[in-house]
Amino acid sequence: MVHTFTQGGHRIALDSASGAVHVLSELSYKILQYLKPPLSPRCPTSLRYNLAMYSADDINEAYGELYELYTEGMLFSEDVKIPNTTPDAKYIPIKSMCLHIAHDCNMICKYCFADTGDFKRKRSLMSLETAKKAIDFLLEKSAGIKNLELDFFGGEPLLNFDVVRETVKYGREREKEFGKNIRFTMTTNGTLLDDEKIDFINEHMSNVVLSIDGRKEVNDRIRTYMDGSGTYDDILPKYKKLVEKRTSGTYYVRGTYTRENLDFAKDVISLADAGFDQISVEPVVLPYSDPLSIRPEDLPRIFEEYDLLTEEMIKRYREGNAFNFFHFMVDLDAGPCVYKRMKGCGSGSEYVAVTPEGDVYPCHQFVEHTDYKLGSIFGGELDDARRSEFAGCNICTNPECEKCWAKYFCGGGCAANNYNFAKDIKVPYDIACQLERKRVECALTIKAAIAEMEE
Amino acid sequence: MKNVKTLNKSTYAKKSLGAGCGECQASCQSACKTSCTVANQKCEKPNKK
Repeated sequence: MVHTFTQGGHRIALDSASGAVHVLSELSYKILQYLKPPLSPRCPTSLRYNLAMYSADDINEAYGELYELYTEGMLFSEDVKIPNTTPDAKYIPIKSMCLHIAHDCNMICKYCFADTGDFKRKRSLMSLETAKKAIDFLLEKSAGIKNLELDFFGGEPLLNFDVVRETVKYGREREKEFGKNIRFTMTTNGTLLDDEKIDFINEHMSNVVLSIDGRKEVNDRIRTYMDGSGTYDDILPKYKKLVEKRTSGTYYVRGTYTRENLDFAKDVISLADAGFDQISVEPVVLPYSDPLSIRPEDLPRIFEEYDLLTEEMIKRYREGNAFNFFHFMVDLDAGPCVYKRMKGCGSGSEYVAVTPEGDVYPCHQFVEHTDYKLGSIFGGELDDARRSEFAGCNICTNPECEKCWAKYFCGGGCAANNYNFAKDIKVPYDIACQLERKRVECALTIKAAIAEMEE
Repeated sequence: MKNVKTLNKSTYAKKSLGAGCGECQASCQSACKTSCTVANQKCEKPNKK
């Protein structure tokens, strides 16, 4: 499957199965529109009629180059055949955990999927005993895997900072016994950051996600304290200090755009202008009945905004002040293998969420759906039939994904989003699919522009 | 080539032989806790492919 598109004056072809990306001349781009595999070594005579404005020699030469890519497996290549796409989850190690250290929050963000922090339950903080048990559970369930992840999540994890600190200490002790390496990460709203917490995060968190929505007026309309006042002026200097003092590991300032700021490129740029160079801003996922929700009719406007952001990022790269946008990141040479691309996020199988009570769920977004509980860290069997259902839901088994040219970039999308819209983890949430395809095009356009600059 | 410039030095089909070690990060943990994407994730063994 070959996807062709033009953006920013670049003509681009992506060979979906191999991941090869080609920037084409006008002639070869036109030729490609007429080709279907299998290709013949001889240039089809029909091309001369269809492209009569070009000389036969030019057409032959351009076709020959495309044919060479075809024989090298970089054009119209066949999908890699991966056996056993519906494995038994009993044999899948759990390597990644979202630890809900606090089902409580000091903010009431209007779009919060966690229902302002409590996940539609009693507000609670995880005990140290439970957090330690969660570490043990992760170490014991991750047979054969060395690198593990544990994300401190909420609610707001810094409401339970003492337990976070002791959990990290415990994890560092226990990982040695198992010969493993736990990478701790955290997602925070930033309001409770102080020098002590900043230093702790920078020392112990391999990645930290700092929530902020961009421009002050956009952030403060949505991301507020309990009394309705905005958080921007409090968190921005704290984030700046954290990033300035950070000497290792990664960070992202992360925002959410809604129907109220479809001009979200301004928010991304606002964060870049504030001095951040690692930025993630993504669409809200809410039912269409919610006034903040993204709806199908918003997509053309959103696509325009991604185009604007693409142009601005190319311009800044040229000027030497580039920044990184998470959803345009593509590593064409050292990215993940096909297996990773096939499995996606691994929710329910190799990735789970654990509540303050020690209950295990397929991911943080399933925690409010109690019928999806997989078990408990305190004992008993996990629901491996349910885990297998998640493991078996991937780009090789989903008919919608199988025919999508962007599947190896996307990994199959978000099971929670699918469930929330269709009550079926296998039915893709179409808005996310369309946005993912658009963002891949933008990412490849940036790659093409940079390659052109470097010529 | 006169008409084509290929941006990759390799392709993931070629790189995936012997891969699938499972050591890489869960994609939703990195910077998107509400959406999914894998192409921006790092391989733990980029030099072994």
